[in-house]
Amino acid sequence: MSDTAHGIGGLTFDASKRDWPPEAGVAIALVLITAAFEILGRMLYGESFLFNTREGVEGLFNTQRLQVIILQVSIIGIISLGVTQVILTGGIDLSSGSVVAMTAMIAMSFAQVGDINGIPNSRAVFFDSGWVNLPVILPVLIALAVGLCAGLVNGAFVAYTGIPPFIATLGMMVAARGAAQWWTAGQPVSFPTESYAAIGGGMMPVAIFVGLAILFHLILKYTVYGKHTYAIGSNEAAARMSGINVRRHKLMVYAMAGLLTGIAALVLSSKNLTAQSGMGLMYELDAIAMAVIGGISLQGGRGSVLGTVLGALIFGVIISGFTFLKLDAYYQEMVKGTIIVGAVILDQWRQNRVAKKM
Amino acid sequence: MSDIQTNISAADVNHVDGHPGKVILRTEGLTKHYGGVHALVDCDFEIRKGEHVAIMGDNGAGKSTFVRQITAVEQKTSGKIWFDGAYRDFGGPLEAREAGIETVFQNLALADHLDVPDNLFLGREKVLFNLGPFSILDYKGMREATLRGLEKTGVKIPNINNTIQYMSGGQRQCVAIARTATFHSKLTIMDEPTAALGVQETAQVENIIRTLKEQGEPLILISHNMRQVMELCDRIVVWRRGRVCANLNVAETTGEEVVAYITGAKTQAQYSSAA
Repeated sequence: MSDTAHGIGGLTFDASKRDWPPEAGVAIALVLITAAFEILGRMLYGESFLFNTREGVEGLFNTQRLQVIILQVSIIGIISLGVTQVILTGGIDLSSGSVVAMTAMIAMSFAQVGDINGIPNSRAVFFDSGWVNLPVILPVLIALAVGLCAGLVNGAFVAYTGIPPFIATLGMMVAARGAAQWWTAGQPVSFPTESYAAIGGGMMPVAIFVGLAILFHLILKYTVYGKHTYAIGSNEAAARMSGINVRRHKLMVYAMAGLLTGIAALVLSSKNLTAQSGMGLMYELDAIAMAVIGGISLQGGRGSVLGTVLGALIFGVIISGFTFLKLDAYYQEMVKGTIIVGAVILDQWRQNRVAKKM
Repeated sequence: MSDIQTNISAADVNHVDGHPGKVILRTEGLTKHYGGVHALVDCDFEIRKGEHVAIMGDNGAGKSTFVRQITAVEQKTSGKIWFDGAYRDFGGPLEAREAGIETVFQNLALADHLDVPDNLFLGREKVLFNLGPFSILDYKGMREATLRGLEKTGVKIPNINNTIQYMSGGQRQCVAIARTATFHSKLTIMDEPTAALGVQETAQVENIIRTLKEQGEPLILISHNMRQVMELCDRIVVWRRGRVCANLNVAETTGEEVVAYITGAKTQAQYSSAA
């Protein structure tokens, strides 16, 4: 026992002893994967993946491709922001895809027009009740409410019955899909009002995704809600002994995930101009995959919104890259599966290495 | 509840063991049943300001159960608790902590993926604006309070902004102990703080306990380590099968005598019901 290990005022702040942010690895992976597509594209087809090589078009980058990359992941990305929080508490949410379908069906049915080119839209769900051409705020609020309720039910089962989140949300996954079909007896809901269609039009999904990502980055990093989310995932018993109301907090986290799923349903149905009971299939798995690729630990307590956003971008780059390389869709799915498993293995390997170094 | 004595001024006058400080914690008839298991039966206990009291006893004697009742991690079956001069009935661990009872649990109760200030302030974060669950955290304030707490206990940690998952057992224990110093607690409870530590780390924790003693901070120490108890504490209370069976001044007893009480070979006359 020497004085170096125990002494008053012996506090140091060695910058070199600071942990590497886990997002750094994900960012490097994103750069490497993009570079790989760039090189393969130039080798195989003599085309650039990232840069603008077309005649008569201004700009350094292939902006069209960049837009597609982010647009195609932004809706599942919104779901992934909620799933990230659930996984951070050590849980899982399998219900997102079905809740998207249920929410979209219900919300869209309150957003239908009364007539199409002068002909009455008699197939509108609430045509007979006269609930057509309603102000856009109504379907928006309904979508948020339906998503929130689904999340609250998930959260209540997880927090207050003690059944595993896997089972609770699996139940919701099946039930919500059923509800989506029941709502219109399986019929798709189409012809939304112009203002409803504007929600997911153009690059709006990207704007909403980025806006929500920034909001939840700030919430998770700078608020008590965020701190408790990490604490519960890291050591639930410690969180409870420290006086955190673990049950209430879990309820809030699942409700938040439901709310974000509701927003995703709104954007998706608006972008597609239709809602079908089969929509959002497998979205839950893609959302979980984005989070996992982004370094969110399935054990809970570790990861960040920034990681999830980077994970979503990797996802988008891979899908675009495969299309760019003219690879069959079958291969895409197989490679996607491999990447998800690979990301978890890599993360575990990295954790062990850090542990040994210390 | 008119039969409950709402202050303990009378106890202040009555210096049973000659210790001059005022009574900080007193329990009367504290009892805890888990179904049919009587884990804690009719426990009377008292600790005064500046006093370091050891709780000893075999596994299952009721030591940890006693701690869980006074810290309100569990709700007592019956009995009364006075703390800091008033009758208290804590609804949960946060209430007990806010009143000034700070506990270093056997399993540490730290969140691995959070850094040192986050762990110190877990469950009672400092906030800049109060917006319910979305209150904005005061990182700077928590960091400064953490530094003061670490300095007070003399704990040295390379970088308090690192997550604690790769810290040594000793460092983690120090973080848990520093939590007590940061909050100017009125009573510190340590449940086997050195059970999992090496020789050097144990010495480090014992130094922190000595620092607390010099500062006049009262401490309840649960330990199996006879040398440690004899060196660091003023008084030993022995538990056996859920009951208190001895209350000994360290200066007037020996290790052999304490062992006799723990094993059941001896029982003090005033605790004859525990025999």
